[in-house]
Amino acid sequence: MVRYYGTHDSNTAEMRAKNAPIPAPWKSPMRLTAIDLACRRGGRDVFSGVGFTVQSGEALAVTGRNGAGKSSLLRLVAGFIRPCGGRLGFEGGDPELSLAEQAHYLGHQDAVKPSLSVAENLQFWAAFLGAGPHNVGEALETFGLGGISALPAAYLSAGQRRRLSIARLVAVKRPVWLLDEPTSTLDAGAQDRLADVMRSHLAESGLVLAATHASLGLAGVKELRLGETDREPAPAALTRGEGRP
Amino acid sequence: MTPLTALLVRDMRVAIRVGGGALMGVLFFLVVVTLTPFAVGPDLVLLKRIGPAILWLAALLASLFALDRLFASDHEDGSLDLILTGRAPLELVVAVKGAAHWLTTALPLVLAAPLLGLFLNLDAAAQAGLMLTLLVGTPALTFIGLIGAAIAVTLRRGGLLLAIIVLPLTVPVLIFGVAAANAAVSGPVPFGTPFMAECALTLASLVVGPFAAAAALRLEME
Repeated sequence: MVRYYGTHDSNTAEMRAKNAPIPAPWKSPMRLTAIDLACRRGGRDVFSGVGFTVQSGEALAVTGRNGAGKSSLLRLVAGFIRPCGGRLGFEGGDPELSLAEQAHYLGHQDAVKPSLSVAENLQFWAAFLGAGPHNVGEALETFGLGGISALPAAYLSAGQRRRLSIARLVAVKRPVWLLDEPTSTLDAGAQDRLADVMRSHLAESGLVLAATHASLGLAGVKELRLGETDREPAPAALTRGEGRP
Repeated sequence: MTPLTALLVRDMRVAIRVGGGALMGVLFFLVVVTLTPFAVGPDLVLLKRIGPAILWLAALLASLFALDRLFASDHEDGSLDLILTGRAPLELVVAVKGAAHWLTTALPLVLAAPLLGLFLNLDAAAQAGLMLTLLVGTPALTFIGLIGAAIAVTLRRGGLLLAIIVLPLTVPVLIFGVAAANAAVSGPVPFGTPFMAECALTLASLVVGPFAAAAALRLEME
């Protein structure tokens, strides 16, 4: 059961104390624009000429064969690697913060410490990443981890670790979500919940950028195909469709 | 909880719990110092003379324990990426991680030193002086070690490389630390002179260490 995110104004401290949905801390419409991005890793051109625009309330699925540079593109947007060409712009966010500081990055690794309990792991990331209120208990419930919150994370299965990692997106509000293969190792139920959470994030005028092979389970997802030809990285085509065909 | 407090608590928890390696440093320290009388023989005068140097060498090696995992474990499980998306400056993050490492690995050494001083025929005043030099000197060892830990972050077996990078840089701290400890044990140099130099080295490394380590981490993450 998911009870998340109303966009209504429940701003009083009293309401917040009673597990009320925490309103998103951003207001203005945002736009993430990439123009002619190029990336070089280890002396090899991974991609070049990549451009896209994602606005508030939109999701962009980055697809392509293995090695086409999906993960590199997300790491580049998150600011972990520098582009060797092109520009990346983010309008409408908090001008005091960098794009990385306003983004959730969900990578291949789950950033879960095995010796800490499930709740301790999420509490740490909520306190470290978040400014303002966060709701760790509810985030754990959403992904079915509430009953095992005291268990050391060493005993979690791969799918449960993934859920714990995704619960971070819910516990701390950030406008831009960068998701690298978010559905890997998740069962069908958890995939549905992830889709629900993404849908409410978009409804709150957030942005989602997801590298994926599977369907995200959302309607009206833009698609960015990387590495269409094997020889030369062609300019990526930007199409609007119903997720993956 | 502020981000940096949360990081301090989390790092200390990870270090203290199973597989964290905080106790390994103290045990190593204990074993090395205990072995010395067996190797040197029961010559009390000699033990007293070399005691401070033995304790300092053991503390230096023990404080490097688990230091190679400080950033490497966060790098391997993806935590370092997320730390970079946090709003805390990387320099402060590095300093806090160093502080957590010092509290869990080096502080127990300092507390165990008086007990081990008994094995080396040190009297009460000498033990107090020695403990003080270790208390002041070990933060310098940890914070110089941060630089090596950051450089070795992407290496699977960075421990040896870390020691090779870090140990030469710790020579000044070792010289003044042992000099001050010796002054406390036998004189004739006044304790204050080398001790002040040791304090200065520690203060300098507290400033330089986090900046150098953060710069190395940024470079490695590219």
